[in-house]
Amino acid sequence: MKMKRVFPILALLTAVLLSFALYEALVAAPTEQTMGNVQRIFYYHVPSAWTAFLLFFINFVCSIQYLVRPNPVADKLTNWTVLAIGIAACIAAFVIRPLPEGIEPSSVATTGLAITGLYFLIKKCFSQPRTDALAVVTAEVGVVFCTIVLVTGPLWARPVWGIWWTWDVRLTSTLVLWLIYISYLMLRRFSTSGQTPVLAAALAVFGALDVPLVYFSIWIFRTQHPQPVIGGGGSIDPRMLHVLLINWLAFLCFAALVCWSRYRLEILQREVEETQALEALLEPRSSP
Amino acid sequence: MNFLYAAYTATWIIHITYLGTLVRRYQRLSREIEELKKK
Repeated sequence: MKMKRVFPILALLTAVLLSFALYEALVAAPTEQTMGNVQRIFYYHVPSAWTAFLLFFINFVCSIQYLVRPNPVADKLTNWTVLAIGIAACIAAFVIRPLPEGIEPSSVATTGLAITGLYFLIKKCFSQPRTDALAVVTAEVGVVFCTIVLVTGPLWARPVWGIWWTWDVRLTSTLVLWLIYISYLMLRRFSTSGQTPVLAAALAVFGALDVPLVYFSIWIFRTQHPQPVIGGGGSIDPRMLHVLLINWLAFLCFAALVCWSRYRLEILQREVEETQALEALLEPRSSP
Repeated sequence: MNFLYAAYTATWIIHITYLGTLVRRYQRLSREIEELKKK
């Protein structure tokens, strides 16, 4: 009941934030000198990509938890591994010198701690079957954001590069990522096997390996895609960065609300399916 | 400018379409719940 009252307020706040972010992107942000106004696509393209990556990462964490939690030894081992990742990231941030170009020590430590924190937060808040529900939800909403990335990218590329698409590493790996999660959703939708959640979780774990490849492809390979604007030797006007971060915050709030609604729908759907299955079992069979 | 508007419009069309599918799924589920309650 309390949630029902909070949701409209959060939805209204998100709508206000999205409107403000849109105004900032279209009006307040300075016009880029060489590309002109078409550069403003960047304020929707990049936050959508970051949101999709975050959602796929949550899907990855949920899938791992769904696979390891029934086995106490694997569960404990994973807990220690995740803790070790957090500690190693903190140590690496302040010990390893020099770090690769464009990587700040604070971002290494923050990323490590965020991974550890997110893992244990999900573990504390969601039971093992519920992690499966959250995995489906994040994959679905992640695909929506990834679709936006794949649509807005060519709409920026056509006037700037003169072509809609090129098979460079960043673009191709993003398309592959999208296809992996589309196949994940198709598996969830059409497979009737009792093992579907396990198979889907395994697919998600391998699929998530593509996320770092997409993200770091422009750092590692020589690509046609623009270089990173944050880190990696890239630079951005502080006013543009401000607008970019406002848009990302707005998209994150929107994604959280959509995930929340979709999660409630998923739980309700599972409860209905369980009740229907129980009813079918209890129904008296007609005699031959 | 056309490409800019096309990108922003496409983004919101995708979001609204997805929200529409959620509403449709929720309505279907509500009907199923009503049917279960009647039994």
